[in-house]
Order: sequence, then structure tokens, then C-alpha cells
Amino acid sequence: MPDTVLAVTDVVAGYNPSLPILRGISLDVREGEIVTVLGPNGAGKSTLIKAIAGLVGITEGTVRFGARDITGLETHTLIRAGVAYVPQTENVFARLSVEENLALGSLHNSDAYDAQRRRVLDLFPDLERLGHLAAGKLSGGQRQMVAVGRALMAAPTLLMVDEPSAGLSPKLAQVVFSQLVQVRDSGVTILMVEQNARAALQISDRGYVLAEGQEKVHGDAASLLTNPEVGELYLGSKARYVRA
Amino acid sequence: MIQFVADGIVNAALIALGAIGLSMTYNILRFANFAQGEILTTGAYMTLFLVTVMGAGIGSMGPIAFGWPLLISIAFAIGATSLVVLAVDWLLFRQLRDKTASRITLIMAAFGVSLMGRNLTTLIAGGEPYYYDFYIPKSVEIFTGVKVRPDDLAILAIAVIAFVILFAFVNRTSMGRQMRAVAENPTLARINGIDVRAVIRWTWIIGASLATVAGALLGHNTQLRPEMGFDMLLPMFAALILGGATNLYGTILGAVVIGLTEALAVAVGLSGYRAAVTFMVMISFLVVRPHGLLGEKE
Amino acid sequence: MEGILSFLIFFLIFTSFYSLSSLGLNLQWGFTGLFNVGIVGFFAIGAYTSAIITGPAYPDTLIGGLDLWFPLGFIGAMITAGIAAFIIGFVTLRLREDFLAISTFGIAVSIQLVTLNFEALTRGPNGMYSLPRPLSGFFESRTLDNLLYLILCVAIIVVVYWAFERMVRSPWGRVLRSIREDEVAAAALGKNVFAMRLQSFVVGSSVMGLAGALYANFQGFISPADFLPIFTFQVFVMLIVGGSGNNLGALLGGLVVWGIWSGSDQLIASVLPPTIQTQAAAARIVFIGLVLALMLLYRPSGILRERRIVSSEARLP
Repeated sequence: MPDTVLAVTDVVAGYNPSLPILRGISLDVREGEIVTVLGPNGAGKSTLIKAIAGLVGITEGTVRFGARDITGLETHTLIRAGVAYVPQTENVFARLSVEENLALGSLHNSDAYDAQRRRVLDLFPDLERLGHLAAGKLSGGQRQMVAVGRALMAAPTLLMVDEPSAGLSPKLAQVVFSQLVQVRDSGVTILMVEQNARAALQISDRGYVLAEGQEKVHGDAASLLTNPEVGELYLGSKARYVRA
Repeated sequence: MIQFVADGIVNAALIALGAIGLSMTYNILRFANFAQGEILTTGAYMTLFLVTVMGAGIGSMGPIAFGWPLLISIAFAIGATSLVVLAVDWLLFRQLRDKTASRITLIMAAFGVSLMGRNLTTLIAGGEPYYYDFYIPKSVEIFTGVKVRPDDLAILAIAVIAFVILFAFVNRTSMGRQMRAVAENPTLARINGIDVRAVIRWTWIIGASLATVAGALLGHNTQLRPEMGFDMLLPMFAALILGGATNLYGTILGAVVIGLTEALAVAVGLSGYRAAVTFMVMISFLVVRPHGLLGEKE
Repeated sequence: MEGILSFLIFFLIFTSFYSLSSLGLNLQWGFTGLFNVGIVGFFAIGAYTSAIITGPAYPDTLIGGLDLWFPLGFIGAMITAGIAAFIIGFVTLRLREDFLAISTFGIAVSIQLVTLNFEALTRGPNGMYSLPRPLSGFFESRTLDNLLYLILCVAIIVVVYWAFERMVRSPWGRVLRSIREDEVAAAALGKNVFAMRLQSFVVGSSVMGLAGALYANFQGFISPADFLPIFTFQVFVMLIVGGSGNNLGALLGGLVVWGIWSGSDQLIASVLPPTIQTQAAAARIVFIGLVLALMLLYRPSGILRERRIVSSEARLP
């Protein structure tokens, strides 16, 4: 049984303490897994990741990273602890070059900079030739690569990604998903939030479905793909969720 | 007529040195620091104090009417002024930031600090003008009809050296990168492990250091008065706006334009109005091109 | 007894100038969220306009000296201050709030330079003298004379206060407050955010100009040295102490802060030796700056909190 990398227990969180968005969420991520969090808009998926990252206040519950309690940890200490986060929007420094973006990723890992940079470039070979361009001038898919690449520069144990396929064409989205599988294969555990349920579940080990700030369904990815309850939560009907 | 260019460039160099700090606090701390003038003044008076304490005058280097004693005093004054600035941030601005104060509250606090600073200077040093040393500037004619003073060239050289060091720091060091990252997106910076508080400290230190140099050289070039930095505030803001608030190179370019404009105003007999002329130029830019010469369109 | 009464009347007249300016700032900043760092500029414009309109013709000025009836001076002051505000506001209100702060700062500096240098209009540093005092000459006693002027000032304040209270309770005021709270939402509802801010800015500045005119015609003599940045600072402190967003707070703040100011003035003048009086004056400013900093840190809402204003058209259940 692989170790639990991340354990979220009964977390209540929100931007405003009197108005919680997450109303008692529990989930866990085990070593080497890709776990996806799904759910309709407003369910609190992004808020969950932001709460783990310390950007949204947690009023109840705990978050454990390995043996360490990281509930309410200050955001800038997260990466040093081994948790990397790729937000959905504004996830690169547009005015800095690709190389500079990557260099910023390894602030706390500077000894291993060259080795890690090599690993990231092996994973995303395109980044090498884009090196000196300002990140803001890249296409959506390229920017996504920079964002994930930068997160990997810190050699994290856990990578949290918020909607990696957002704004990308289906073909590019597939590329991104296959890249995430490669990332996992290189030894990084992944917690992912996604709107594109089908494609995400196809690369995941397990999934959780959130709605209205609470976790409604969870299980291994294969069963979720054919679970009618999932379809209901998304589409509000008893339709089987077979189409992406 | 070209004389005004020579005069204007020196003016521009001093405005630029002071405006860099203004630009950095604007982009990284996200407020218009109305107390920036006071940092210049404090730097100038700290230098005066050190020159007096050292007792060796300000020295000379060939035809230049200042030398190592002044430069060493400036170096120490940089340290002293930085400490004062960090203390004020810690006592006031950081508390306000922690209470998520609005931009306007921060500006108001800066205004208060500015007023207090000017009056503290009057309190401690008195309101009459001071001089580092008495000297008679000798002009040298470099080509027909244009006279420059060796001191002006020295000031220019110091400013250029300062800018070269500044841009090397901003573009090539890790902290420089972190500062640029925070200026662009503080949340993403924190996600990447950047300690924004350390970045803020460096921002104050760099701004204060350059402002100290500006204040001391301004004091040497003219005189020291409690209002000296405050009088530079409008030109510095104008340089910031003209250049495009988000771009450091723009700030220097803006300072050049303002410096030349003020010198031109003096040359055509509008000396008393030169701050008003600066203001008109600034307003014109706000109307026509609010993102400045090198800034990004919003 | 007459001495104290005389002093009190004088004190209250000066309070009026400040309180009126404070009301104007409250409209701009308290209700609309506009940061006007150039209050003294508009005050000066009003003062000099009234001086030019109501003052005698001086031998060395080319313009002015119209020697007209004082209400024209007051109205003229409001108009010129309003026009200046319109120009500045038109240019900068579309931009970020810091740009308004910087621009209003610039205009105050520029106005000061104009008063110093444009001698054909303002007699430069020599100032303008022999400005007529409205309603004077009815009484022999100076005190009663001043009392009459005080009544005039208070009457004007009452009118402006009443007008402002009506304005903020009107539909216009409601929209203004919604703009201050959430500009994006207000714009989405189709409200012309820019126009409303401009209106607020112009009206507030006009009132500051009026205060300047009242000052000029009371003093009888004005010069550039009367209009220094400290005035802007004093008015802000008054509003912050009294309570921004509350018109009564604006008036109260004027009274309290001016009380502290002139009280300490008296103290310095009578207790301290003349040699350190400049230092003492500087110390007083440092102290006021500290008061401001402390208020911003610990009680930013002021003495009188902003009242929840119920609009005149709201129907209560």
C-alpha cells in the first residue's frame, strides 16, 4: 500500500470566514498516483487547491503532507516543503523569459539547478528553443509547458495543477495530459483539478467529484467513468456520463 | 542654446537616480510613495553629518570639487538612510499592508511621513541652507559656446555607473529576478516560494541607496535645505509617468525628458515656473499616452 | 471677557474655512473615493479669484482690481475652482487613483508657482492687500464686526451642509456610493462612472474655492505664503479624525483639529522662548503627523463613523 502523500480531512474554507465555499472536504492522494478532482462550476475545486496552497483561509479541518501538518501554511513556504502548484490562469511571468521563469522555479533547489533543468527540458524539449522569449509571447499550450516546467524545477514531491487543459484545443489537451503522465512516471505525485472529466479520468488512478463545497462521489477512475451519479452531478439528469 | 542640454542632462541624472526608487516602490509595493523626496533629503543630510564628523571636508579630484571623502560619506550615508527607511516601513507601512490597507491609505501615510520628515529635518538641522563645502565652480568650454563644469561630468559618470550596477542587479541576479516577478504577479511569486518580505526590504534598500546618492549630489550641486527632496517630487513623478510606470528604463528616459524640459524652461526665462512646466508635460502625457513612452498599454 | 469672546469668534471663523474645505473633501473622498492631494490649490484659486474680483486696482497689476460686490467674488471663486477641477478631473479621473493623487499634487504646486510668479495678476510675493471685508462697517466694535462675518460663514456652511446632505440622499448620491463600493458593478449597470466622479470632484473643489474666498475677504490680505501644502494635510487630518463619509464628522474634525492646532500655537507663542519657536512649530507638525499615522493604523473610520445613509426615496417596511 503506497504511502499517503496528501491527506485533506474535513476542511472548511472560504475567502470570507462567514461564507465558506468548502464545507467539510476529505480526500487523500497516495504516492505515485494521479488523482483528479471533478465537479461543476462553483463546486469549490479551485478553492480546494488554493486552500491547500495557503491562498484561501481554512477555518476547520487539517491538511497533512506526509507526516507534516501543513494546514494554513504560508504560501511561499510550500514549495520548499515539496508541494508545487500550477494555477489555472496567470501561471507564468509574462514579462520574464522562459529561462528566467524556469530559474525562478528552483529558488530553493539551486544546487541541483543544472540537473533539474536538464530533466525538465527532457520532458519538454520545446522549452529549450523558446528559452529567450518572453513567456507572455508564447501560445497557450507553450505557456502551460512553461508553467508546469517551472513547477518541476523545484523537484517537488506533489504537483497540484488547476485545470491544465483550460483554453486548449482537444488535441493540445491530450498532449498536456500525456505530459502529466510522463511527469508522474518520473516520480511526482499529481493532484489535478479538471473540467474535462473524461480525458482527466482516463489518465487518473482515482477521482473525487465535488458539488456545492462537498465531496459527493469518489472512487477509482474506471468506475467513475461509468458511474451514473457523476453524470447526474454534472448534467442534473439521470443520463449516463459517457461523452466528454 | 545647446547649453540647456548640458544643464538638463545633469538635472536629468539626479531626477533619474531619485525616480528609480519611486518606480520600484510603485511596482513592487504598489503605491505612489509621496515620501520619496524625504529619502533624498535624508540621504543628503546624512552625508552632511558624516562629512562633518569625518572632518576632512569633501576632498577634490583634479578639477572636480569633490573627492573620496565625499564619496565615502555617501557610502556610509547609504547604509544609514537605508536603515531609516526600513524602520519607517516596519513601523508604519508594513502594519498598514498587514491590515490590507488600500493604495490611498498608503499614499496618505506617505504624505504624513513626508510632512514629518521635512519638519524633523528642520527640527534637527534647522531651516537655513547648508553646504558641504564652499567652492567656485569652474566651467570648461567643451565646444563652441557650451560650457560644462567638471563636477557635472563627474555627477553624470556616477549616475551612469549606478545605473549599470542597478540593471546588472535587476537583470542578472536571483533577487533581481524575484523583484521583477513580484512586480508582475505577487501571488504567483509567493506560489514559487519567493519571500515577498525580503523582496520588499531589497526594494527599499535599492531605492534609498540611489536616492541618497541623488540627494548628496544635489546638495553638492546646489545646497541643502529641508525642502530639497520635496521639490524634486513632482519631477520624479513626472519622470515615472512619462517613462511608463512599469518600466525602469522608461523612468530614466522620462527623467531625461523632464530634465531637459526644465533646463529649457530656465533657458527661455520661465525659471520660476519650471515645476509648472513639468506638470504641464506630465498632464499632456496623461491625456495623450498614459502608459508612457515605454510602458505597456493597460 | 471681551478678549475671550473675541478670540473665540476669530477661532470659529478660521474653523469655518477649514470645515468648509473639509466638507468639500468629504464629498470627493468620503463619498466618492477620490484622493485630492491638491486641496490648497483649489483654496488658493478661490482666494485669488475673489481678491481679483473684489479687490481694488493696484498700480502694478495689469489684470483685476475689479472692485466688485463681494458675492460676485465668492461666486467667481467657485467658478474658477470648479473649472480648474473640471480640467484636472477630465484628464485624470479615467486613470488610476494614484494618478489623480499625483496630478492634484502637481496642480497645487503649479498654482503656488503662478501666485508667486505671475505678478501681473497676483503681485507675486508682495501679495494682494486692501481686500474688502463683506458686511463690515456696521459696528464700531471689531468683535461685533467679526461676529457678523462669523454669522455669514456659518450661514454658508449650513447651506452647503444641507445641500450636501440632500445630495447624498438623492438618487445621484446613491449611485455615487455604489461607484465607490464597486465600480465595476456600477458600470455594468450602465451608470456613467466617469461623469459622476467628475461632478463630485468639481462640486467639492468649488466649495474649497468658496472657502478660499471667505478667507481672502476676511484677512484683507493674501500672499503665496498663505497657501502651503500643510493646509492640504490639515484638512485631510480633520476629515480622518472627524470621520470620513460623514458630513457632520467633517465639521467636527475641523473644530477638533483646528482647536488642537491653534491651542498649541498659543502654547508655543506664550510658553517657549522665541529662539526655538520655529523648531517648536516643526515639532507640532511632526506631532500631527503622528496623530494621523496612529489614526490610520488604529481608527481609520474616525470619531464619527460613516452613517448608513438611507436614501430619501427608500421605502421602509
